[in-house]
Amino acid sequence: MIKRTFLKATGAAVAAGVAAGMAGCGERPQVIEYKQGNYQGKADNPPWDSATFKGNKGEWERAIKARNQNQNEYKRTA
Amino acid sequence: MARMKFLCDAERCIECNGCVTACKQEHDVPWGVNRRRVVTINDGVPGERSISVACMHCSDAPCMAVCPVDCFYRTEEGVVLHDKDLCIGCGYCFYACPFGAPQFPQAGAFGVRGKMDKCTFCAGGPEQNNSEAEFKKYGRNRLAEGKLPVCAEMCATKALLGGEGDVIADIYRERVTKRGKGGDVWGWATAYGRPDAPTQPAVPAPAPAPATGGPKS
Repeated sequence: MIKRTFLKATGAAVAAGVAAGMAGCGERPQVIEYKQGNYQGKADNPPWDSATFKGNKGEWERAIKARNQNQNEYKRTA
Repeated sequence: MARMKFLCDAERCIECNGCVTACKQEHDVPWGVNRRRVVTINDGVPGERSISVACMHCSDAPCMAVCPVDCFYRTEEGVVLHDKDLCIGCGYCFYACPFGAPQFPQAGAFGVRGKMDKCTFCAGGPEQNNSEAEFKKYGRNRLAEGKLPVCAEMCATKALLGGEGDVIADIYRERVTKRGKGGDVWGWATAYGRPDAPTQPAVPAPAPAPATGGPKS
């Protein structure tokens, strides 16, 4: 009888220990999930909405792509 | 249109500070504010490296996440900008930024902070493009002129690349392939994220060949 009670108490203690030890494994990631902020400021106009490009997005993209390649010296020196 | 990104090639940067000077001159940046700076690691030690640092216009910008007045926004091209009319100069963004990009003009004897100032990727701010108001608050808007950031365009060694992410990544890849070393890009993974590491390699590595001859240590 005493032995059974002892085993029960030991089992309960072990179970409690395991539960406490495993509690850390259930921790959720603490890095916040990014959500787009609610921008409160003034609206900005896109870069192609300028005196140079007059709203022509395609022309602006072509200009930027061409400009990008100026940074590739392998093409500049070829 | 791909996202605009910066990439600094530490193998090429010679710490000339040309990018810093060009930025200050182009945008008439006030005294005490450096939108871009060059950081040298292991200065004077063989193998030292320099990197040009500014706002990296992060994909998941922490400054934007912590701003209490929500003055940050991201443009269609992925440039992180802010509205100075809304900024209260609290400095939260400075603590959140892993690159130390937000700068605050100090005025007076009591260290009173002004509104935050940072690299705009030469894209101005929420004012009429290329207007005087935009220049005074945010500096010149080169993107609206069809140009790229002045720091990258005038870099003498082309260590600093700026522009469409896929294009500059291609330029850098070709460069690394030709020189055969220095493929690590400083700040790239922090600012733009990294692909999830595969749990297992796609092709299992071959087993090491058994040693032939020679004493085993």
